[in-house]
Amino acid sequence: MKVVVLLKQTPDTAELPKVSAAEVQSGAINATMVINPWDEFAAEEAILLEDRFGAETLAISLGAASAVDALKHALAMGIGAAILVDNRGVQDGDLWTVAAILAAAVKAQGAVDIVLAGKQSVDDNSGVTFVGVATELGYQLLTNVVKIVEIADGKVIAERLVEGGQETVECRLPAVISVSKEINDPRYPSFMGIRKANKAQIPTVTPQELGLTLGQPQTQWTNIRKPEVRQTQIQIIEGATVQEKATKLVDLLLAEKVI
Amino acid sequence: MSLLVWIEQTNNQPIASCWEVLGKGRQLATDLGTTLTALVIGAETTAIVQTAQSYGVDQVLVATDPALAQYRLRAYSTILKQAIEHSGSTVVLTSATTRGRELSAAVAYALRAGLAPDASDLRIDAGRLVAVRAVYSGNILTDVTFNTDIQVASVRPRSFAMPTASAATGTVQALDVTIDEAALGEKVIATQTTDSGEVNLTDAHIIVSGGRGVANDPAKGFALVADLATTLGAAMGASRAAVDAGYIPYKHQVGQTGKTVRADLYIAVGISGAIQHLAGMGGSKLIVAINKDREAPIFGRAHYGIIGDLFEVLPALTAEFKKRLG
Repeated sequence: MKVVVLLKQTPDTAELPKVSAAEVQSGAINATMVINPWDEFAAEEAILLEDRFGAETLAISLGAASAVDALKHALAMGIGAAILVDNRGVQDGDLWTVAAILAAAVKAQGAVDIVLAGKQSVDDNSGVTFVGVATELGYQLLTNVVKIVEIADGKVIAERLVEGGQETVECRLPAVISVSKEINDPRYPSFMGIRKANKAQIPTVTPQELGLTLGQPQTQWTNIRKPEVRQTQIQIIEGATVQEKATKLVDLLLAEKVI
Repeated sequence: MSLLVWIEQTNNQPIASCWEVLGKGRQLATDLGTTLTALVIGAETTAIVQTAQSYGVDQVLVATDPALAQYRLRAYSTILKQAIEHSGSTVVLTSATTRGRELSAAVAYALRAGLAPDASDLRIDAGRLVAVRAVYSGNILTDVTFNTDIQVASVRPRSFAMPTASAATGTVQALDVTIDEAALGEKVIATQTTDSGEVNLTDAHIIVSGGRGVANDPAKGFALVADLATTLGAAMGASRAAVDAGYIPYKHQVGQTGKTVRADLYIAVGISGAIQHLAGMGGSKLIVAINKDREAPIFGRAHYGIIGDLFEVLPALTAEFKKRLG
């Protein structure tokens, strides 16, 4: 069984508020870059599938040269191999091109049974790349998976969360599976893992080498801006007793007509 | 030409945020000079079709079949594509629920149509859709403009007001569907309804959230948070710190790696206000903070604050609300 995990390198979430509109416009984000936090769950699940079913694991990232660090993080966690796909020429928000390139990179690996992905990236927040990859590859798609129950006879049984409930789905392979945070606890890379990852050779391929020509995107981002900072003037509720404070706050909230 | 909105249902109940999208769809269809089409898919569709007709639609397309009782991507995406073609729709909208985000994306990718996922605002500009999206976890806004004839967006719940129902309008037309069970590749073998009686965070008008401030007695702390939430008919949220500490399950997490919420009233209890949390709840209209520490960053974003111990403040607040709300 072969499992591919899709990874993205994103700014550290603590630094996202500092990202400026100009940086997003130019694509040169000046922030500490890490493996997208959601993707760590996908990487961990791939390693668990190796433990459970002897799966062969491979991580693929579409990104700049620096994204090898995200791939090395996955290797240090225990992923078997990694490939970087050069993202030069790919625009922000060009969802179809991103999915087409990743699908081509998966296809180049031969027979793949499961493609794992995180729920969304903390920068583009689109949460649809894996949908496009499944559509392009003609694979089944299971999103928001919280448990892979069983893999047998060319089928996977998984539990997924949807609004107001949870469902258990039996689905034929190959499949693209996006995972949610409940699925596992991602491990920290071990010292030995980090040493091994640092020595690993990570090949880079271009979209052209995968047989793709970059065309006109279907959408583009325009008028990129920071949200208006809402001026809030806090009113601290004073009072001699907790009861007095509570009464005053309830008065104010009822007057605001939000309850 | 038409503007099409998918009305999602689960267990034959419509998902409320779809009506918000349909209400906005009415206005956009008028701006575009096109008709408004609602699409209803399921095993039982009559009641949902009737409700859809009360929101100013020109037509409702219906796909009714026992095999459509549960959402399955291949079946639903085939029908949505069929409905787009049948109605000649150029703008296609869903609510950005788990399924709505997935279905809109699958159809957009298949049709090579432009897609704006999880949009927070929509408008028509020069005969085309323009969507507004929050990216970089709420720290950047961007307009998404389309180069394609068909323009698809999923809409974040609570982006638009719930429309007012009026007299039924529009025609109802059944789509001719054939479902090839073998080609679907998946079957739902069990479903479990969770949170019955609980209010969904992303749909909630009022949210009461707890944080690390409950550390002295987490079980009692979150019981007090739950008491206030129940009294107000509110959803219960939590900070990442509280989730990571195991005080409360992840589904309650608000923030960059949790849920993004836009409540009318957000009450943060014992939450210091890490920037990741502020990004997740900052879109709320009125924010109240209850914290022992006057220096906590949450007070920089709140409109009203009480400095005090949540174990004393919450019981007093809940009792006062109970008294006043009857």
